[in-house]
Amino acid sequence: MWQSLTDFPLASLFGGMLLGISASLLLLFNGKIAGISGIISGVLPRTATSSSTSKSTSHDRTWRWLFLFGMVAGGLFAAELLVGELLSGTWSADLDWQNSVPTEFSSSTLALIIAGLLVGAGTKLGNGCTSGHGICGIGRLSMRSLVATITFMLVAAVTVYFRLHVFA
Amino acid sequence: MFYIIALISGLLFGFGMVLSGMIDPQLVTAFLDVTGAWQPDLAFVMGGALLVFMPMYFLFVKSKEKPISADNFMLSALIQIDKPLMIGAALFGLGWGLAGICPGPAVASLALGNSDVWVFFVAMLAGNYFFNFKLFTRK
Repeated sequence: MWQSLTDFPLASLFGGMLLGISASLLLLFNGKIAGISGIISGVLPRTATSSSTSKSTSHDRTWRWLFLFGMVAGGLFAAELLVGELLSGTWSADLDWQNSVPTEFSSSTLALIIAGLLVGAGTKLGNGCTSGHGICGIGRLSMRSLVATITFMLVAAVTVYFRLHVFA
Repeated sequence: MFYIIALISGLLFGFGMVLSGMIDPQLVTAFLDVTGAWQPDLAFVMGGALLVFMPMYFLFVKSKEKPISADNFMLSALIQIDKPLMIGAALFGLGWGLAGICPGPAVASLALGNSDVWVFFVAMLAGNYFFNFKLFTRK
């Protein structure tokens, strides 16, 4: 837990509020849900069993690409502004309220591949991830999203328990 | 306007992901480690997002017939809590707990010079794509 008031996770709170502003804008103006797994799904090549209701048009693909491009650029901008030394390519968190930007993960490549496959398949089958269900779904008081969010949080916590305390 | 909003929303979303700490698997793992050295910071990410999104939705969106720059709201019509939802959420939770990274943070990290993100990201696309016709289909 936090040792003092300065440990309060302001960056997480403000970052979260930005996600909320983003999701609000996208829904209010464009009528779209800011669910990242869903937005990505819509730009992947169609497959035989893709639901026929989500017919892909170039209009639909264009906004998705713009959103995703914005995300990549926004992430880079945030990293440069908050923790990067411009152009030197190093990310270090010097200010105590900042979160760090990892340049590598501690998981093995195999674990990353398995995790990626599970996340890709799971979000497809469950129609959403942390953003779609956790923010937009719960924000609309959707019971489906609430149940999905509780489920993936619980399973993730149990997975971490096994990772850190059983197989460590 | 429609495309500009899509771009601006994306920028804010990517910025928020990095600022919030969601892109750091160590912080995610610490948040999920409820029986160990639990670090509740990331609860404030969803909390902060809902703090903004929920009132916006109920005050401004719900009463509207159509969005400002488009013809209709594309909201999920699904209401049933069914097996695909539960199995999907569980698979997602398993993957999230395993690597500490989920789709939003992965996309926001693609330009940060971290090749591990790309390994996860490509595997995620493959999981999404092949899942379509290989394993299950939703009725």
